[in-house]
Amino acid sequence: MDFLAPTTWADALAAKAEQPDAVALAGGTDVMVEINFDHRRPPALLDLTRVPELREWGTDTDGRIRLGSGVTYTRVIDELGDRLPGLAMAARTVGSPQIRNRGTVGGNLGAASPAGDSHPPLLAADAEIEVASVRGVRRIPAAEFYTGVKRNALAPDELIAAVLIAPASGPQQFCKIGTRNAMVIAVSAFGLALHPQRRVVGTGIGSAAPTPRRADAAAEFLAGELAAAGLWESRDALPEGLAVEFGRKVRDAAAPIDDVRGSAAYRLHSLSVMARRAASWAWDDYRKVA
Amino acid sequence: MRINLTINGERRDADDVWEGESLLYALRERLGLPGSKNACEQGECGSCTVYLDGTPVCSCLVAAGQADGREVTTVEGLGQGEDLHPVQKAFVERGAVQCGFCTPGLIVSTHDLLQRNPRPSDPEIREALAGNLCRCTGYEKIMDAVRDAAERAE
Repeated sequence: MDFLAPTTWADALAAKAEQPDAVALAGGTDVMVEINFDHRRPPALLDLTRVPELREWGTDTDGRIRLGSGVTYTRVIDELGDRLPGLAMAARTVGSPQIRNRGTVGGNLGAASPAGDSHPPLLAADAEIEVASVRGVRRIPAAEFYTGVKRNALAPDELIAAVLIAPASGPQQFCKIGTRNAMVIAVSAFGLALHPQRRVVGTGIGSAAPTPRRADAAAEFLAGELAAAGLWESRDALPEGLAVEFGRKVRDAAAPIDDVRGSAAYRLHSLSVMARRAASWAWDDYRKVA
Repeated sequence: MRINLTINGERRDADDVWEGESLLYALRERLGLPGSKNACEQGECGSCTVYLDGTPVCSCLVAAGQADGREVTTVEGLGQGEDLHPVQKAFVERGAVQCGFCTPGLIVSTHDLLQRNPRPSDPEIREALAGNLCRCTGYEKIMDAVRDAAERAE
Protein backbone atom coordinates (compact mmCIF):
# COMPACT_ATOMS: atom_id res chain seq x y z
CA MET A 1 0.00 0.00 0.00
CA ASP A 2 1.15 3.53 -0.76
CA PHE A 3 0.55 6.43 1.59
CA LEU A 4 0.29 9.66 -0.36
CA ALA A 5 0.37 12.85 1.69
CA PRO A 6 0.22 15.86 -0.66
CA THR A 7 0.50 19.30 0.92
CA THR A 8 -1.07 21.25 -1.94
CA TRP A 9 -4.34 20.83 -3.82
CA ALA A 10 -2.46 20.67 -7.14
CA ASP A 11 -0.33 17.82 -5.81
CA ALA A 12 -3.42 16.03 -4.49
CA LEU A 13 -5.12 16.21 -7.89
CA ALA A 14 -1.93 15.06 -9.63
CA ALA A 15 -1.65 12.11 -7.23
CA LYS A 16 -5.29 11.13 -7.84
CA ALA A 17 -4.76 11.37 -11.62
CA GLU A 18 -1.71 9.14 -11.38
CA GLN A 19 -3.36 6.62 -9.04
CA PRO A 20 -7.13 6.77 -9.58
CA ASP A 21 -7.62 3.76 -7.31
CA ALA A 22 -6.10 5.62 -4.35
CA VAL A 23 -8.73 6.11 -1.64
CA ALA A 24 -9.11 9.66 -0.36
CA LEU A 25 -8.70 9.85 3.41
CA ALA A 26 -9.83 12.76 5.59
CA GLY A 27 -11.17 12.13 9.11
CA GLY A 28 -10.92 8.37 8.69
CA THR A 29 -14.26 7.74 10.37
CA ASP A 30 -15.39 5.52 7.47
CA VAL A 31 -12.22 4.56 5.60
CA MET A 32 -10.17 3.54 8.65
CA VAL A 33 -13.00 1.35 9.95
CA GLU A 34 -12.99 -0.54 6.66
CA ILE A 35 -9.21 -0.96 6.81
CA ASN A 36 -9.17 -1.95 10.50
CA PHE A 37 -11.74 -4.67 9.77
CA ASP A 38 -9.99 -5.92 6.63
CA HIS A 39 -12.99 -4.99 4.53
CA ARG A 40 -10.87 -2.89 2.24
CA ARG A 41 -7.24 -2.98 1.09
CA PRO A 42 -6.85 -0.06 -1.29
CA PRO A 43 -3.58 0.08 -3.23
CA ALA A 44 -3.02 3.56 -1.87
CA LEU A 45 -4.37 6.00 0.71
CA LEU A 46 -4.48 9.65 -0.31
CA ASP A 47 -4.33 11.71 2.90
CA LEU A 48 -6.01 15.08 2.32
CA THR A 49 -5.53 16.48 5.83
CA ARG A 50 -2.37 18.38 4.85
CA VAL A 51 -4.04 20.40 2.07
CA PRO A 52 -4.76 23.74 3.78
CA GLU A 53 -7.51 25.09 1.50
CA LEU A 54 -9.72 22.04 2.13
CA ARG A 55 -9.93 23.04 5.80
CA GLU A 56 -11.14 26.56 5.02
CA TRP A 57 -14.56 28.05 4.42
CA GLY A 58 -15.54 31.45 3.15
CA THR A 59 -18.11 33.38 1.14
CA ASP A 60 -18.07 32.83 -2.61
CA THR A 61 -18.51 35.66 -5.12
CA ASP A 62 -22.23 34.81 -5.47
CA GLY A 63 -22.80 35.09 -1.70
CA ARG A 64 -22.91 31.35 -1.05
CA ILE A 65 -20.83 29.72 1.64
CA ARG A 66 -17.95 27.74 0.14
CA LEU A 67 -17.27 25.00 2.66
CA GLY A 68 -13.97 23.21 2.09
CA SER A 69 -14.44 19.46 1.99
CA GLY A 70 -12.09 18.99 4.96
CA VAL A 71 -13.95 21.24 7.42
CA THR A 72 -14.96 19.11 10.41
CA TYR A 73 -18.46 18.76 11.85
CA THR A 74 -17.25 20.44 15.06
CA ARG A 75 -16.30 23.53 13.09
CA VAL A 76 -19.56 23.53 11.12
CA ILE A 77 -21.39 23.59 14.48
CA ASP A 78 -19.14 26.22 16.10
CA GLU A 79 -18.59 28.52 13.13
CA LEU A 80 -21.58 28.12 10.79
CA GLY A 81 -24.54 27.34 13.03
CA ASP A 82 -26.12 30.72 12.25
CA ARG A 83 -25.67 30.69 8.47
CA LEU A 84 -26.15 26.97 7.79
CA PRO A 85 -28.54 25.93 10.57
CA GLY A 86 -29.84 22.76 8.88
CA LEU A 87 -26.36 21.40 8.22
CA ALA A 88 -25.26 22.38 11.75
CA MET A 89 -28.27 20.58 13.27
CA ALA A 90 -27.34 17.47 11.32
CA ALA A 91 -23.68 17.85 12.33
CA ARG A 92 -24.67 17.86 16.00
CA THR A 93 -26.19 14.40 15.56
CA VAL A 94 -23.05 12.89 14.04
CA GLY A 95 -21.29 10.26 16.17
CA SER A 96 -19.64 11.67 19.27
CA PRO A 97 -17.36 14.60 20.07
CA GLN A 98 -14.34 12.59 18.92
CA ILE A 99 -16.02 11.68 15.63
CA ARG A 100 -17.23 15.26 15.02
CA ASN A 101 -13.67 16.48 15.65
CA ARG A 102 -12.42 14.39 12.70
CA GLY A 103 -15.35 13.68 10.40
CA THR A 104 -15.94 16.04 7.48
CA VAL A 105 -18.80 16.91 5.15
CA GLY A 106 -16.51 16.03 2.24
CA GLY A 107 -15.94 12.59 3.73
CA ASN A 108 -19.67 12.09 4.10
CA LEU A 109 -20.07 12.92 0.40
CA GLY A 110 -17.17 10.66 -0.59
CA ALA A 111 -18.68 7.72 1.31
CA ALA A 112 -22.14 8.58 -0.11
CA SER A 113 -23.92 6.34 2.37
CA PRO A 114 -27.70 6.69 2.16
CA ALA A 115 -27.54 7.21 5.95
CA GLY A 116 -24.99 10.05 5.90
CA ASP A 117 -26.24 12.88 8.10
CA SER A 118 -25.03 15.73 5.86
CA HIS A 119 -27.07 14.70 2.86
CA PRO A 120 -30.66 15.70 3.83
CA PRO A 121 -29.70 19.31 4.70
CA LEU A 122 -27.52 19.62 1.58
CA LEU A 123 -30.46 18.44 -0.56
CA ALA A 124 -32.91 20.72 1.22
CA ALA A 125 -30.64 23.74 0.75
CA ASP A 126 -29.99 23.04 -2.97
CA ALA A 127 -26.25 22.73 -2.29
CA GLU A 128 -23.76 22.10 -5.04
CA ILE A 129 -20.70 19.86 -4.74
CA GLU A 130 -17.50 21.23 -6.30
CA VAL A 131 -15.28 18.45 -7.57
CA ALA A 132 -11.95 18.77 -9.31
CA SER A 133 -9.33 16.84 -11.23
CA VAL A 134 -6.30 17.76 -13.30
CA ARG A 135 -8.84 18.06 -16.15
CA GLY A 136 -10.75 20.86 -14.46
CA VAL A 137 -13.45 21.81 -11.99
CA ARG A 138 -17.18 21.06 -12.11
CA ARG A 139 -20.11 21.70 -9.81
CA ILE A 140 -22.73 19.00 -9.28
CA PRO A 141 -26.14 19.70 -7.68
CA ALA A 142 -26.55 17.58 -4.55
CA ALA A 143 -29.66 15.98 -6.06
CA GLU A 144 -27.49 14.60 -8.90
CA PHE A 145 -24.49 13.68 -6.76
CA TYR A 146 -25.76 10.44 -5.18
CA THR A 147 -25.95 7.75 -7.85
CA GLY A 148 -26.42 4.51 -5.90
CA VAL A 149 -25.83 2.84 -2.55
CA LYS A 150 -22.47 4.26 -1.46
CA ARG A 151 -21.91 5.56 -5.00
CA ASN A 152 -21.49 9.13 -6.16
CA ALA A 153 -20.95 11.07 -9.35
CA LEU A 154 -17.16 11.38 -8.95
CA ALA A 155 -14.97 10.25 -11.83
CA PRO A 156 -12.04 8.04 -10.76
CA ASP A 157 -9.56 10.92 -11.02
CA GLU A 158 -11.73 13.46 -9.19
CA LEU A 159 -11.65 14.70 -5.60
CA ILE A 160 -14.24 16.69 -3.66
CA ALA A 161 -13.05 20.26 -3.19
CA ALA A 162 -15.94 22.01 -1.48
CA VAL A 163 -19.66 22.34 -0.96
CA LEU A 164 -21.48 25.52 -2.00
CA ILE A 165 -24.54 26.38 0.08
CA ALA A 166 -26.58 29.54 0.23
CA PRO A 167 -26.83 30.96 3.75
CA ALA A 168 -30.26 30.17 5.16
CA SER A 169 -32.91 32.66 3.99
CA GLY A 170 -35.58 31.02 6.17
CA PRO A 171 -36.04 28.41 8.90
CA GLN A 172 -34.39 25.01 8.55
CA GLN A 173 -34.93 21.77 10.44
CA PHE A 174 -33.28 18.37 10.68
CA CYS A 175 -34.77 15.28 12.33
CA LYS A 176 -33.16 11.89 12.81
CA ILE A 177 -34.37 8.62 14.32
CA GLY A 178 -31.94 6.37 16.15
CA THR A 179 -31.61 4.18 19.21
CA ARG A 180 -29.83 6.75 21.36
CA ASN A 181 -28.62 10.33 21.01
CA ALA A 182 -24.95 9.57 20.39
CA MET A 183 -23.14 7.26 17.98
CA VAL A 184 -26.24 6.63 15.92
CA ILE A 185 -26.40 5.73 12.26
CA ALA A 186 -29.76 7.10 11.20
CA VAL A 187 -32.68 4.69 10.98
CA SER A 188 -34.31 7.47 9.01
CA ALA A 189 -33.69 11.19 8.72
CA PHE A 190 -35.34 14.23 7.21
CA GLY A 191 -34.11 17.72 6.38
CA LEU A 192 -36.32 20.71 5.59
CA ALA A 193 -35.54 24.25 4.45
CA LEU A 194 -38.01 27.05 3.82
CA HIS A 195 -36.86 29.49 1.14
CA PRO A 196 -39.38 32.34 1.65
CA GLN A 197 -37.88 34.72 -0.92
CA ARG A 198 -38.32 32.13 -3.67
CA ARG A 199 -41.56 30.78 -2.10
CA VAL A 200 -39.93 27.33 -2.28
CA VAL A 201 -39.64 24.42 0.17
CA GLY A 202 -36.53 22.21 0.17
CA THR A 203 -36.48 18.62 1.40
CA GLY A 204 -34.01 15.80 1.94
CA ILE A 205 -34.69 12.19 2.94
CA GLY A 206 -31.95 10.10 4.59
CA SER A 207 -31.67 6.37 5.19
CA ALA A 208 -34.95 5.52 3.50
CA ALA A 209 -33.97 4.88 -0.13
CA PRO A 210 -30.90 3.54 -2.00
CA THR A 211 -29.57 7.11 -2.02
CA PRO A 212 -30.33 10.29 -0.15
CA ARG A 213 -33.11 11.94 -2.14
CA ARG A 214 -35.48 14.86 -2.19
CA ALA A 215 -39.24 14.66 -1.83
CA ASP A 216 -40.04 17.03 -4.69
CA ALA A 217 -43.77 16.32 -4.96
CA ALA A 218 -44.20 16.90 -1.22
CA ALA A 219 -42.14 20.10 -1.37
CA GLU A 220 -44.12 21.47 -4.32
CA PHE A 221 -47.39 20.55 -2.60
CA LEU A 222 -46.47 22.41 0.60
CA ALA A 223 -45.10 25.47 -1.22
CA GLY A 224 -48.18 25.55 -3.45
CA GLU A 225 -50.62 25.34 -0.55
CA LEU A 226 -48.75 28.07 1.31
CA ALA A 227 -48.88 30.29 -1.77
CA ALA A 228 -52.54 29.57 -2.55
CA ALA A 229 -53.57 30.61 0.96
CA GLY A 230 -51.30 33.65 0.96
CA LEU A 231 -49.49 32.31 3.99
CA TRP A 232 -45.98 33.28 2.88
CA GLU A 233 -47.17 36.91 3.21
CA SER A 234 -49.66 36.65 6.11
CA ARG A 235 -47.55 34.25 8.20
CA ASP A 236 -50.78 32.89 9.63
CA ALA A 237 -50.94 29.45 11.25
CA LEU A 238 -50.81 26.38 9.02
CA PRO A 239 -54.28 25.10 8.09
CA GLU A 240 -55.25 21.95 9.95
CA GLY A 241 -54.03 18.83 8.22
CA LEU A 242 -51.52 20.55 5.93
CA ALA A 243 -48.43 19.35 7.80
CA VAL A 244 -49.93 15.87 8.09
CA GLU A 245 -50.54 15.70 4.36
CA PHE A 246 -47.00 16.97 3.72
CA GLY A 247 -45.72 14.15 5.94
CA ARG A 248 -47.69 11.59 3.91
CA LYS A 249 -46.27 12.91 0.68
CA VAL A 250 -42.71 12.82 2.04
CA ARG A 251 -43.33 9.23 3.06
CA ASP A 252 -44.51 8.45 -0.46
CA ALA A 253 -41.20 9.70 -1.86
CA ALA A 254 -39.18 7.12 0.12
CA ALA A 255 -38.24 3.61 -0.91
CA PRO A 256 -36.75 1.99 2.19
CA ILE A 257 -35.69 -1.58 2.92
CA ASP A 258 -35.78 -3.76 6.03
CA ASP A 259 -32.32 -4.05 7.56
CA VAL A 260 -30.58 -4.46 10.93
CA ARG A 261 -31.33 -0.87 11.97
CA GLY A 262 -35.05 -0.88 11.26
CA SER A 263 -37.91 -2.08 9.12
CA ALA A 264 -39.11 -0.42 5.96
CA ALA A 265 -42.52 0.10 7.57
CA TYR A 266 -40.97 1.91 10.55
CA ARG A 267 -38.86 4.06 8.27
CA LEU A 268 -41.95 5.11 6.30
CA HIS A 269 -43.95 5.88 9.42
CA SER A 270 -41.12 7.76 11.13
CA LEU A 271 -40.50 9.82 7.99
CA SER A 272 -44.11 10.96 7.85
CA VAL A 273 -43.93 11.96 11.54
CA MET A 274 -40.57 13.75 11.17
CA ALA A 275 -41.72 15.62 8.07
CA ARG A 276 -44.92 16.75 9.80
CA ARG A 277 -42.96 17.95 12.84
CA ALA A 278 -40.22 19.61 10.78
CA ALA A 279 -42.81 21.54 8.76
CA SER A 280 -44.67 22.62 11.91
CA TRP A 281 -41.50 23.70 13.70
CA ALA A 282 -40.12 25.53 10.68
CA TRP A 283 -43.40 27.33 10.12
CA ASP A 284 -43.55 28.33 13.80
CA ASP A 285 -40.05 29.78 13.39
CA TYR A 286 -41.12 31.62 10.24
CA ARG A 287 -44.11 33.14 12.05
CA LYS A 288 -41.92 34.31 14.96
CA VAL A 289 -39.73 36.37 12.64
CA ALA A 290 -42.69 38.53 11.61
CA MET B 1 7.34 3.80 6.24
CA ARG B 2 8.81 5.88 9.05
CA ILE B 3 6.83 8.40 11.04
CA ASN B 4 8.17 11.07 13.34
CA LEU B 5 5.89 12.76 15.83
CA THR B 6 5.85 14.49 19.19
CA ILE B 7 4.24 12.30 21.84
CA ASN B 8 3.69 13.66 25.32
CA GLY B 9 6.25 16.37 24.58
CA GLU B 10 8.95 14.05 23.31
CA ARG B 11 10.10 13.60 19.70
CA ARG B 12 9.66 9.94 18.70
CA ASP B 13 10.24 7.86 15.57
CA ALA B 14 8.43 4.71 14.57
CA ASP B 15 9.83 2.50 11.83
CA ASP B 16 8.23 -0.13 9.60
CA VAL B 17 4.83 1.46 10.00
CA TRP B 18 2.34 -0.15 7.61
CA GLU B 19 0.58 2.43 5.44
CA GLY B 20 -2.91 1.32 6.54
CA GLU B 21 -2.00 1.16 10.21
CA SER B 22 -3.83 3.21 12.82
CA LEU B 23 -2.19 5.67 15.18
CA LEU B 24 -3.55 3.48 17.98
CA TYR B 25 -1.62 0.46 16.73
CA ALA B 26 1.56 2.50 16.35
CA LEU B 27 1.21 3.89 19.88
CA ARG B 28 0.60 0.50 21.47
CA GLU B 29 2.76 -1.84 19.41
CA ARG B 30 5.62 0.33 18.16
CA LEU B 31 5.99 3.16 20.66
CA GLY B 32 5.49 1.35 23.98
CA LEU B 33 2.43 3.36 25.00
CA PRO B 34 -0.32 0.84 25.84
CA GLY B 35 -2.42 3.30 27.87
CA SER B 36 -4.76 3.98 24.95
CA LYS B 37 -6.90 0.87 24.69
CA ASN B 38 -7.90 -1.11 21.62
CA ALA B 39 -11.51 -2.22 21.93
CA CYS B 40 -13.84 -1.58 18.99
CA GLU B 41 -11.49 -0.30 16.27
CA GLN B 42 -14.40 1.61 14.72
CA GLY B 43 -14.68 4.80 16.75
CA GLU B 44 -17.70 3.62 18.74
CA CYS B 45 -16.18 3.15 22.20
CA GLY B 46 -13.69 5.96 22.76
CA SER B 47 -11.20 3.73 24.65
CA CYS B 48 -8.42 4.92 22.35
CA THR B 49 -9.09 8.65 22.73
CA VAL B 50 -5.95 10.81 22.50
CA TYR B 51 -5.25 14.44 21.73
CA LEU B 52 -4.06 15.04 18.17
CA ASP B 53 -2.75 18.61 17.87
CA GLY B 54 -4.82 19.43 20.94
CA THR B 55 -8.09 17.90 19.71
CA PRO B 56 -9.54 14.70 21.20
CA VAL B 57 -9.86 11.99 18.54
CA CYS B 58 -10.24 8.23 18.34
CA SER B 59 -6.69 7.11 17.57
CA CYS B 60 -8.04 3.95 15.92
CA LEU B 61 -9.47 6.13 13.14
CA VAL B 62 -6.32 8.17 12.52
CA ALA B 63 -3.90 6.63 10.04
CA ALA B 64 -0.45 6.59 11.62
CA GLY B 65 0.84 8.47 8.59
CA GLN B 66 -1.65 11.26 9.25
CA ALA B 67 0.00 11.80 12.64
CA ASP B 68 3.47 12.23 11.11
CA GLY B 69 4.86 15.57 12.27
CA ARG B 70 1.91 16.16 14.58
CA GLU B 71 1.63 16.42 18.35
CA VAL B 72 -0.03 13.60 20.24
CA THR B 73 -0.89 13.52 23.93
CA THR B 74 -1.96 10.19 25.38
CA VAL B 75 -3.30 9.34 28.83
CA GLU B 76 0.32 8.64 29.82
CA GLY B 77 1.12 12.30 29.22
CA LEU B 78 -1.48 13.86 31.50
CA GLY B 79 0.14 13.18 34.89
CA GLN B 80 3.74 13.83 35.96
CA GLY B 81 5.25 10.37 36.52
CA GLU B 82 3.71 8.96 39.70
CA ASP B 83 1.92 12.25 40.33
CA LEU B 84 -1.51 11.72 38.85
CA HIS B 85 -3.52 14.46 37.18
CA PRO B 86 -6.53 15.64 39.26
CA VAL B 87 -8.89 13.96 36.77
CA GLN B 88 -7.06 10.67 37.28
CA LYS B 89 -7.11 11.08 41.05
CA ALA B 90 -10.85 11.76 40.99
CA PHE B 91 -11.51 8.61 38.94
CA VAL B 92 -9.46 6.49 41.38
CA GLU B 93 -10.94 7.96 44.54
CA ARG B 94 -14.55 7.98 43.31
CA GLY B 95 -14.45 4.31 42.26
CA ALA B 96 -14.98 5.25 38.64
CA VAL B 97 -12.64 2.46 37.55
CA GLN B 98 -14.01 -1.06 37.35
CA CYS B 99 -12.37 -3.27 34.69
CA GLY B 100 -10.44 -0.16 33.65
CA PHE B 101 -10.61 -0.68 29.92
CA CYS B 102 -12.63 2.45 29.14
CA THR B 103 -10.82 4.55 31.75
CA PRO B 104 -7.96 6.02 29.66
CA GLY B 105 -10.40 7.30 27.05
CA LEU B 106 -12.73 8.70 29.68
CA ILE B 107 -9.80 10.43 31.39
CA VAL B 108 -8.75 12.14 28.16
CA SER B 109 -12.34 13.13 27.28
CA THR B 110 -12.92 14.48 30.80
CA HIS B 111 -9.60 16.35 30.70
CA ASP B 112 -10.70 18.01 27.47
CA LEU B 113 -14.19 18.82 28.79
CA LEU B 114 -12.84 20.54 31.91
CA GLN B 115 -10.36 22.56 29.88
CA ARG B 116 -13.20 23.91 27.74
CA ASN B 117 -15.85 24.07 30.46
CA PRO B 118 -14.53 24.07 34.06
CA ARG B 119 -18.01 23.77 35.64
CA PRO B 120 -20.05 21.51 33.35
CA SER B 121 -23.68 20.68 34.08
CA ASP B 122 -24.70 17.02 34.17
CA PRO B 123 -26.18 17.14 30.65
CA GLU B 124 -22.95 18.75 29.43
CA ILE B 125 -20.90 15.97 31.03
CA ARG B 126 -23.10 13.31 29.44
CA GLU B 127 -22.81 14.97 26.04
CA ALA B 128 -19.03 15.34 26.32
CA LEU B 129 -18.62 11.67 27.29
CA ALA B 130 -21.18 10.34 24.77
CA GLY B 131 -18.39 8.84 22.69
CA ASN B 132 -16.92 6.80 25.57
CA LEU B 133 -18.60 3.52 26.48
CA CYS B 134 -18.21 1.75 29.85
CA ARG B 135 -19.45 -1.81 29.47
CA CYS B 136 -19.25 -2.34 33.23
CA THR B 137 -21.96 0.34 33.15
CA GLY B 138 -20.18 2.32 35.86
CA TYR B 139 -21.58 5.61 34.66
CA GLU B 140 -22.85 6.90 38.01
CA LYS B 141 -19.36 6.71 39.51
CA ILE B 142 -17.92 8.21 36.36
CA MET B 143 -20.33 11.15 36.68
CA ASP B 144 -19.27 11.50 40.34
CA ALA B 145 -15.62 11.52 39.31
CA VAL B 146 -16.10 14.21 36.67
CA ARG B 147 -18.01 16.45 39.11
CA ASP B 148 -15.29 15.83 41.69
CA ALA B 149 -12.52 16.62 39.20
CA ALA B 150 -14.26 19.89 38.31
CA GLU B 151 -14.38 20.85 42.01
CA ARG B 152 -10.73 19.90 42.55
CA ALA B 153 -9.68 22.21 39.74
CA GLU B 154 -11.26 25.23 41.41
